[in-house]
Amino acid sequence: MDALDRVVKPKTKRAKRFLEKREPKLKENTKNAMLIKGGNANLTVTEVLKDIYAVKKPFAVLYKKKNITRPFEDQTSLEFFSKKSDCSLFLFGSHNKKRPNNLIIGRMFDYHVLDMIELGVEKFVSLKDVKNSKCPEGTKPMLIFAGDMFEVNEEYRRLKSLLIDFFRGPSVPSIRLAGLEYVLHFTAVDGKIYMRSYKVLLKKSGCKIPRIELEEMGPSLDLVMRRTHLASDDLYKLSLKQPKALKPKKKKNISHDVFGTTYGRIHMQKQDLGKLQTRKMKGLRKRPAEKLAEGGGVSPKKSKSA
Amino acid sequence: VEEVLAAAEGLEAERQRSITVEKELELEFDLGNLLALDRNPPPAAGLRGAGPQREALLRALARDNTQLLVARLWELPAERAGGAGGPLVARLPEPAFRLPREKPPPKPRPPTRWEQFARLKGIRRRKRTSLVWDEQAKEWRRRWGYRRAGGDPARAWLAEVPEGADPEEDQFARLRREKRERVARNELNRLRNLARAHRAGSAVPAAPLHPTGHQSREELSRVARVARVSTASLGRFQPRLPKESAEPPSRSGGKKRRFEPLLGNLVAERSRQLELLRNMSSKKPVLDITRAVNKQLRQEEAEAAAAKGKKQSQRGKRGRRQ
Repeated sequence: MDALDRVVKPKTKRAKRFLEKREPKLKENTKNAMLIKGGNANLTVTEVLKDIYAVKKPFAVLYKKKNITRPFEDQTSLEFFSKKSDCSLFLFGSHNKKRPNNLIIGRMFDYHVLDMIELGVEKFVSLKDVKNSKCPEGTKPMLIFAGDMFEVNEEYRRLKSLLIDFFRGPSVPSIRLAGLEYVLHFTAVDGKIYMRSYKVLLKKSGCKIPRIELEEMGPSLDLVMRRTHLASDDLYKLSLKQPKALKPKKKKNISHDVFGTTYGRIHMQKQDLGKLQTRKMKGLRKRPAEKLAEGGGVSPKKSKSA
Repeated sequence: VEEVLAAAEGLEAERQRSITVEKELELEFDLGNLLALDRNPPPAAGLRGAGPQREALLRALARDNTQLLVARLWELPAERAGGAGGPLVARLPEPAFRLPREKPPPKPRPPTRWEQFARLKGIRRRKRTSLVWDEQAKEWRRRWGYRRAGGDPARAWLAEVPEGADPEEDQFARLRREKRERVARNELNRLRNLARAHRAGSAVPAAPLHPTGHQSREELSRVARVARVSTASLGRFQPRLPKESAEPPSRSGGKKRRFEPLLGNLVAERSRQLELLRNMSSKKPVLDITRAVNKQLRQEEAEAAAAKGKKQSQRGKRGRRQ
């Protein structure tokens, strides 16, 4: 839209910080998700959106009003929303007779739609229905994908990448081991995808590593893949490109081998081998056999008998 | 008693066994993302049945996979955060799974006009001290700002009339006017640099002329050229302004690619041939020594500046340009 394309010169420091947060950076911010209701969203779909918002807080925006758009036909309104709220992931829920309980999950690159996958919700168990204790908001979840379909099928592979992107949360350098409480498990079987969320209980075991017990918690969805709108290969490759500055710097003269041993290289000046001190090196001493060959007159040691 | 002991032992043994999980194919782990990928095909038969049996199977599968992931996470180098009593914190490696970026990586800002000139001439930034010695006040004062070294310019009560100036002119007004002009020129140049950077960044292709104001000289000349050539005879019979060049620059090239018609201007041809003969027979050297030397000096200057700059940055100093 022209209004958003015009360059706005910030007049206050706060506005300047706001704009700086949104411009492209070397190391990017955590991706925000926008959860939108379609023109005819029913109760199930609304509940799904609310639950996913609860899981993804504070990196999600839930729009309350219904928006009458069709993402697969016209993507401009989605792109406008994305530019306005600086969100690069979206989840659009709608319902009609032909596609009941429809969820379109997608992501953006440079405020244009990159991938979109339409999923149908067959069964949904909400956070409220499961009467167990929940884990705190904003926990980084563990993600597990089971099933060979996620590797074999191209669409499923993109879906896996999308789901990881969606539920990943902020990228952290270190994590508290006792705080690993939330796990999202996706199983692909028989053309269906089962998404379950569990709370992790760490029990004592004999050794350091605890035993895991799982408790059902949180939203569980049975999904079926419908239509897809995947980005072309070169656009996808372009979006994957990372700037060179992010690559870790290689340390010179240090190498590792397969077994994990670290090798270092030391560069020395030329040694004068004539001045090497050989008297203190046991390995270079003459062996008895050599002494015999050299000085023939010297008799070998007499063997002492007890 | 024996039964109790046996029961206790059984429990202990079970605990010991319980951390290990058997899998056909090893899982793939990406610990930076807390991610585990299981390639084993799940038991399809069990999962087809509805209801609690399916849930139990899924849960068992999830428990096994989570156990393996947690085992891997616990193997990471861990330390106690916040002193000896703090929580155990594991250091995660970099996320390995490649995910697409949100926005394309940022492009570096194009250099401003001054920066280009400085690079060409080899002029480097000289770091200035923030404090200057003020003789009058006999102390270190700021270079500019509140209580500056030269005294407050607003309180300057004397303004000398320079030699060639009109004696009636108001010097104070002149100083104020010149300052305003300097500030305005500085601001204009800054905005022009910004606009150039913005244009370079967005790479707008040759857009048509801006409707009002904001028409730069290059834009106007480009548009005039395009307008001339967009007639049916490609601009050959367009009337020209008095000071414009007589012939439009030919499309096929510049000075060396222009070919005159064979039987055209006889006078021009004669004069050209005579000029050529004169140059050939004269004793003047073809190479202009001074120009060549100047060119060489300038090239050497630029190279030296570049080499010094490279050496400086290699030594660890970051480029001054932010």
